[in-house]
Amino acid sequence: MKMKKLFVFLLPVYAIAGLILFNAGKDGDTKNTGTKTDSRNTATAPVTANAGLTLPTGFSAAAIIENLSSPRHLVVTPQNDIYVHLSGSNNGKGILVLHDDGDKATLKTGFANYGGTGITIKNGYLYASSNSDIYRYKLNDKNEVIDPAKPETIVTGLTNKRMHNSKSIVLDNDGNIYVNIGAYSNICSDYDKDKKGCPVLADAAGIWQFKADKLNQKQSDGVRYATGLRNVVGLDWNQQDNLLFVMQHGRDALHDLYPNLYTTKQSADLPAECMFALKNGDNAGWPYLYYDWMQHKKMLGPEYGGDGKKEADSKYLEPAAAYPGHFAPDGLLFYTGSQFPEKYKNGAFIAFHGSWNRAPEPQEGYCVVFQPFKDGKPDGKYEIFADGFAGPNKSPDGALHRPCGLAQGPDGSLYVTDDQKGTIYKISYKK
Amino acid sequence: MKFKIACLALVTSLFILNLNAQVRHPKKHSSSASSMARGKIVYSSICLSCHMAGGAGVPHLNPPLINTTYVLGDKAKLIKIVLNGFNEDVEINGQTYSNTMTPHSDLKDQQIADVLTYVRKSFGNKASSVRIAEVKRARATK
Repeated sequence: MKMKKLFVFLLPVYAIAGLILFNAGKDGDTKNTGTKTDSRNTATAPVTANAGLTLPTGFSAAAIIENLSSPRHLVVTPQNDIYVHLSGSNNGKGILVLHDDGDKATLKTGFANYGGTGITIKNGYLYASSNSDIYRYKLNDKNEVIDPAKPETIVTGLTNKRMHNSKSIVLDNDGNIYVNIGAYSNICSDYDKDKKGCPVLADAAGIWQFKADKLNQKQSDGVRYATGLRNVVGLDWNQQDNLLFVMQHGRDALHDLYPNLYTTKQSADLPAECMFALKNGDNAGWPYLYYDWMQHKKMLGPEYGGDGKKEADSKYLEPAAAYPGHFAPDGLLFYTGSQFPEKYKNGAFIAFHGSWNRAPEPQEGYCVVFQPFKDGKPDGKYEIFADGFAGPNKSPDGALHRPCGLAQGPDGSLYVTDDQKGTIYKISYKK
Repeated sequence: MKFKIACLALVTSLFILNLNAQVRHPKKHSSSASSMARGKIVYSSICLSCHMAGGAGVPHLNPPLINTTYVLGDKAKLIKIVLNGFNEDVEINGQTYSNTMTPHSDLKDQQIADVLTYVRKSFGNKASSVRIAEVKRARATK
């Protein structure tokens, strides 16, 4: 009874205190934002400059088109046309054709009754993938698709079990096409309960190689070129090395599955997102190991007897470079243009889509990184090249934009897609 | 300054209230409130890393727990998802989600009731509690 009275008596006190607290908080916020904006304005340019991105000195960015429906990978022709693959097919337009007029792009047309990720041009053909097939379209001498309604089917029936089903593609210089087939599992534990060997590796978790000009191939007609790769989205052919490079999305949930071995902080930082240079027959070791980018060691996975300290068998492929956990590399591009300063030539740009599996730790990524290369090998630490895509809320649902695909234009500009809000950015350099 | 005084007043009065509560009503908690509190702990340690602190999930990968019949509808179905995991095509408000959810049958009935009560009453959701008996029933039926 007394208790109730006391509470009623105190109610107005709470109300007033709450109001003051609320307003005090608001004041603080306003002041903070004000200061930030002011300092930015005086230091460089308004916040909206460079389409909201922060870039190294001398670079500028423009949002050349906005509000596309989840654009994934893209390719730019010598005539400044852009083919961009949407994750879904909207009204039979899974691939859009844009024309880049400099600082803005206009929509020309669209085709393909399938969504997907992979898209590239080689030897007079546009190659594109759905989540289970690879098609190609003959191009005319202006790099326009001659018959958008009648693609040739190169490969059909690739493993597609929903999880990690996007199929990125790239060609070499010898008539082969490479496609990633992601593992339909985080760490294979549901498929390998007795730890006898992960069966997912038979038809997924690797890169498959097919003939680029042979029609109607099945997965079994291809070569499992490299295995032990959990999921690759960003990949590119390095012309200097004449070698395939891929970016692997590392495993999730070390802490969730093994709270006694990994803290939430360790689970956010680990494992590394790895870059691999692949040769035929390579095995990167998923699901048996993960890479620790802080110790520079291949670690035995906890599902297979690891304890956070035991190293993995050295027979597995060493990564070419490693990046912090869960950054989600969705795009890889070797820069061969001449517009950017000399140090960028033959180096790698990586689009990091941004993390979700770092929760409850803060999310990271949501940026485009530059990895310097020397003599065809990663050389030194990566640099954040373009940042600010996410805006104030770096989280998967709160991010304004999330970088995904990368392409190089004929003048050496760099194009970046954002599959969250559908922006395409064009990044250029002027001395 | 205003801020400090307000904090002090709030903390002091809460302290007094709390003392009173402890002295006079040592066990006066509604069962739903404590189920929510326990459920939040389960959620934070098991669910949060995929479905996020605010239940919004991750676009294209992990489904949201807000404004969906998967959460607000049939409780038996919802309990089954926790017990058996989830590896089906799912479309919520026009978007699809591709990640596989692992089974959580190792959780105790109480924990499942608590965490689902928490999920059904949080993030703007306003659905009924999940009781232990309902979890037991779902566990017993195939």
